[in-house]
Amino acid sequence: MKQNNDYMEKMLARKTPSTGGGFSAEGMKRAEALMALYPVKRSALIPMCHLAQGEHGWLTEECIEEIAALVGVSPAEVSGTASFYDMLHLEPVGQYVISVCTNIACMLAGAYELLEAVEERLGIASGQTDKDMRFTLEEAECLGACDTAPCLQVNSRFFGPMNSESFDKLITDLASGALAGVVPPHGVLSRVERVFSLTTKGATDAAQMDTTDAGQK
Amino acid sequence: MRGKNNMLNEPIVTKRMGFEDSYTLERYLATGGYEGLRKALSMTREQVKEEVNKASLLGRGGAGFPAGRKWSMLRQAPTSYLVINGDESEPATFKDHLLVERDPHQLIEGTMIAAYALGVSQAFIFTRGEFALGIERLTAACNEAYEYNAVGKNIFGSDFSVDLVIHPGAGAYICGEETSLIESLEGNRGFPRIKPPFFPAVTGLYGEPTVVNNVETMSNLPWIVLNGGDAFAALGQGSSAGTRLFALSGRVNRPGWYELEMSKTTFRDLIYDKDLGGGIIGDKKIKAFIPGGVSAPWFFEEHLDMGLDQDAVAKAGSMLGSGSVVVMDETTCVVRASWRITRFFHRESCGQCTPCREGSGWLEKIMRRIEEGSGRPEDLDLLMDVCDSIAPGVTWPPQQTTICVLGPSIPSSIASAIRHLRDEFLEHIKLGHCPYEKDHILTGAAR
Repeated sequence: MKQNNDYMEKMLARKTPSTGGGFSAEGMKRAEALMALYPVKRSALIPMCHLAQGEHGWLTEECIEEIAALVGVSPAEVSGTASFYDMLHLEPVGQYVISVCTNIACMLAGAYELLEAVEERLGIASGQTDKDMRFTLEEAECLGACDTAPCLQVNSRFFGPMNSESFDKLITDLASGALAGVVPPHGVLSRVERVFSLTTKGATDAAQMDTTDAGQK
Repeated sequence: MRGKNNMLNEPIVTKRMGFEDSYTLERYLATGGYEGLRKALSMTREQVKEEVNKASLLGRGGAGFPAGRKWSMLRQAPTSYLVINGDESEPATFKDHLLVERDPHQLIEGTMIAAYALGVSQAFIFTRGEFALGIERLTAACNEAYEYNAVGKNIFGSDFSVDLVIHPGAGAYICGEETSLIESLEGNRGFPRIKPPFFPAVTGLYGEPTVVNNVETMSNLPWIVLNGGDAFAALGQGSSAGTRLFALSGRVNRPGWYELEMSKTTFRDLIYDKDLGGGIIGDKKIKAFIPGGVSAPWFFEEHLDMGLDQDAVAKAGSMLGSGSVVVMDETTCVVRASWRITRFFHRESCGQCTPCREGSGWLEKIMRRIEEGSGRPEDLDLLMDVCDSIAPGVTWPPQQTTICVLGPSIPSSIASAIRHLRDEFLEHIKLGHCPYEKDHILTGAAR
């Protein structure tokens, strides 16, 4: 089965976060296909925000406006929703977003000591991005990998248990490209795209599906 | 992820975890995959529901509500929905993460069985956004399942059709609360809805009747249909039927997931058995443990011999909740541990209700003052007073003061710590730092 395509290859090849811009033509088709998956198209709002992050590395103002137009709400409504969620970034982030969990299980395994080592290694504090736009550091709440505490994520991919030495190696491997197959660019959640549309509605190609607002509440 | 299930004759939800390719359709079919769905489709909807009722399968999300009863509450309407809650965010819980990432087909099969029993034609699996690899595997499995005709139109040649959407979350603890999850699925901020209506089964997604079930609950269904509800109910004891996935973490030698028969194993076994938790790191003594996620009141040494049983734990004043057990040893700073839990609630409060939004903030500020060495002895009474304002009486289960149940459970961990380990808090206040590890004063990273 075809699990990959040119669009995904392009997403995975993106090295740096973009400075702005809206959806690509291909991305716009996918946004429309996402809306068609739901009985009410606003339900695709958050998946479309992820789509925008997959293209740009963050949720650009242009994408917010395009999502608003697609869903039929104001841009403020989209950014107001997006700002509620930790994973949606309304400002540019670095090439790698490093999220260090410091919640109870990781804390008991030395997460704050790890976070200090990470801050020192990257030269930035939690919440900051370095000036080369390489790394953004976040202190995360429990990421759900407590058996590998203390754990962290790089662009939503898990690593653990970590200490200052294994973190140094992680940074080296990221720089050398050794982890290119493991860590996609920031914002790309799934490297596999849905290929099946709503079969009960008789459609066969997600990109060609009817996106009228018949189901809009 | 590390784990074990060989304490059982036959594991129910983790039997494929030993295979590297456990997430593929090929492996799934080679190990009996989709046989449960085939069998369910040969039964009537009522017969499938009856098996689930007989299994007395308790919801595995945290509240432990019987799945069969939840299904029976679904209001009859032309359109209804099934939503699977995979937004696992309760600190120290990682069982759904395992099931999504390592056996996505089992989850899809269970979801299809539930969709058939409920007669819904649209199902959603809401997966926590941080589980990117899980979303990827679930999406691939969904593609495979459509092609295999286990999902979609006329499943396995029957007249039953259902569509399945894998919906990614975007990072918010509160979306684990079912009405908040529905709001998020509708494309809104994750604000829990005002009750009544108490149950989405009456008014849920898009205002239609909706069943919201947990990932682990669904993953049990293929086995229940194949082996019968009675076989499931024969495992465990009383209302705690079947097996359950426990997530063990903290100061133990072998943190990991363990699928265990409910009731039959004690907390002591889970923590100390050489095949399970393997004891505490460095053979230290236990100080406290969390029996079911950070919303649960803490347990202490005297609770170790209690079985992993929903009713027994509830009777002792806590909850088995999400099945995550966190062990704190004698060197753990209770101030720091309870501060970190409070900080989590403060960060994750959705902000709708004052007791939760403001209460968690004040608790965190006072706890932090103590942790940093500026605490005052009267702070303990002040903390309990704030706890009382969030949930009057600080009882378990807590008094409801907010829109959702998460707010009033904020004080439970910290209150149980203060009640049981008051001397340690006072010692910390007197010394101005932790009696166990002097370098525990928050510096640098914790700013």
